[in-house]
Amino acid sequence: MSSKEMVKTTYREAMRAAIREAMQRDDRVFLMGEDVGRYGGCFAVSLGLLEEFGPERIRDTPLSESAFVGAGIGAAMAGMRPIVEIMTVNFSLLALDQIMNNAATLLHMSGGQCNVPLVIRMTTGAGRQVAAQHSHSLEGWYTHIPGIKVLAPATLADARGMLWTALQDPDPVLIFEHGSLYNMHGTLPADAGAVDIRSAAVRRPGTDVSLITYGGTLATTLEAADTLAADGVDAEVIDLRSLRPLDDKTITDSVAKTHRVVIVDEGWRTGSLAAEVSARITEQAFWDLDAPTERVCGAEVPMPYPRHLEQAALPGADAIVAAARRAVG
Amino acid sequence: MSRATTKEARPEAVHRRDLLQQMLLIRRFEEKCVELYSAGEIRGFVHLYIGEEAVAVGVNQALTADDNIVSTYREHGHALARGLPVDSVMGEMYGKTTGCSRGRGGSMHLFDLSRRFYGGNAIVGGGLPLAIGIALADKLRGDQRVTGCFFGDGAVAEGEFHECMNLAALWDLPVLFCCENNLYAMGTALERAQAQTDLALRAGSYGMPAWAVDGMDVQAVEHAARNAAEVIRAGGGPHFLELRTYRFRAHSMYDPELYRDKSEVEEWRKRDPIDLLAARMHDGGELADGELQAITDELTGEIDEAIAAARAAPVEPVEDLTRFVYSPESS
Repeated sequence: MSSKEMVKTTYREAMRAAIREAMQRDDRVFLMGEDVGRYGGCFAVSLGLLEEFGPERIRDTPLSESAFVGAGIGAAMAGMRPIVEIMTVNFSLLALDQIMNNAATLLHMSGGQCNVPLVIRMTTGAGRQVAAQHSHSLEGWYTHIPGIKVLAPATLADARGMLWTALQDPDPVLIFEHGSLYNMHGTLPADAGAVDIRSAAVRRPGTDVSLITYGGTLATTLEAADTLAADGVDAEVIDLRSLRPLDDKTITDSVAKTHRVVIVDEGWRTGSLAAEVSARITEQAFWDLDAPTERVCGAEVPMPYPRHLEQAALPGADAIVAAARRAVG
Repeated sequence: MSRATTKEARPEAVHRRDLLQQMLLIRRFEEKCVELYSAGEIRGFVHLYIGEEAVAVGVNQALTADDNIVSTYREHGHALARGLPVDSVMGEMYGKTTGCSRGRGGSMHLFDLSRRFYGGNAIVGGGLPLAIGIALADKLRGDQRVTGCFFGDGAVAEGEFHECMNLAALWDLPVLFCCENNLYAMGTALERAQAQTDLALRAGSYGMPAWAVDGMDVQAVEHAARNAAEVIRAGGGPHFLELRTYRFRAHSMYDPELYRDKSEVEEWRKRDPIDLLAARMHDGGELADGELQAITDELTGEIDEAIAAARAAPVEPVEDLTRFVYSPESS
């Protein structure tokens, strides 16, 4: 009965439920970051958890990204299961040394001794008019780094279910939450729980063109698919979910079916995750292609403040539709 | 002879002899490393600790086997003082599977988690946040461990140093910060890099007990570290020791030492920590003429055996190149 029961929720609440469940299930789990406690989280994800779990486990930190991310790495090495929250991906650059030179490296350079079972959550992406130091999508950079895993929950089920699986992983996992998603609402089974963090998902099956995306642009891409359907173009929409490792099989299976590809990525085009996906398709599915791979990416500009310019810099449904039409020919 | 025997039986005399042997082991190990490097048998960066042995050996006396250590890239001394077997450290210098990091780390990345030795970190200041986290884990679990965290004077210029001093004091973490002030960040003298050269004063500004110690006197280091560790273990929060020492050799094997006078090095060599302790023991009748040489010869034999073992040890197969990038259970 309970498995059939559906409850209304939001992305924010689903994430909070995931943190709460992890805290309840495992004493080693604690949450640490700027304003996660008394403030309730800068996006209100952890609201109420301080009262529930106390200041030792819902731990406010000073504005010291490098120190508290590194402390998360150290605590993980020493047997804890920390969840470290960084306010935005732009701020994560202050901790990039710790993520790259320690979290991603320790297991290998210690000859397999130093596991770092750490989860780092952070907000990414634009759409809220917060300009050029709070809006970028740098998760593609992180996918360059061997030794870490990179996730992008784009749905309520993934917001609810990726965290626990990530905490079970013996290696560091970065979770990128697009800032536009926190208010997304819908329903989830009351007993929704852990999900796999290895595979991509077909969010809309189709036969004419594969639209490959992740995170904050999934909704835009589904909207574009609806527009295309009205024109008689049956688009398949793939949500990558795991950005490192990439699920090559789901991608190439789709290309084998549709023979046409549009990759949608809010990150800058040059050296992007979209470029990596495109290269893999070229390497692994070149003879399945009937048209050049298309990319719809963020404009190569520091994000401007005014709404019209910000929107112009982001991959929009119109651009996705246009790219798909070019691909379909 | 009978007089020396009587003195040797005293526990403090036995302890001094142990300190001397540990410092000599580090010294001889590194002198051998210089030979091996010159012969092309070991490669990469090799940062010698020669001159600073009293710091590693002295601090380690205050730590138990259950305590944690976070180290730097100049960590042969820390590792050997911690009790990592000479074989495993030498194996790592050779990049062999018998090395303490299976050869993947080399000189700058010695790890032995079985001894709670959380590695050589080659990003200056990069180990401090790890020490904070390891200590936080202990505090959250209610474990009574102390985390000893080594770093150099150069790290004091890094932002991570200040972030970590603040966090350790704010969260009252059981960390013994051991700043090895050897007066140079590679080739940049302390006064050319730091507006305030009193490093203990700077740590003290974060609200933790901090003081300077003669880092050439192993017993002074031990005394200070024991005092600090005792308070930390009793819940007294982080402490900071500025261990004033000197590196007798170049920064690394590539360093032509253009930035300091030979006369300065010679002055510091007069306070060689091994000579200092040996003289004290000799004056006290604890070390007979020729004994220092006998101990040195014995340690050299042990190191030579480790070299022979490392030469004979296997390397990782190339097929295992990407092993340990992810854990087996996750990849």
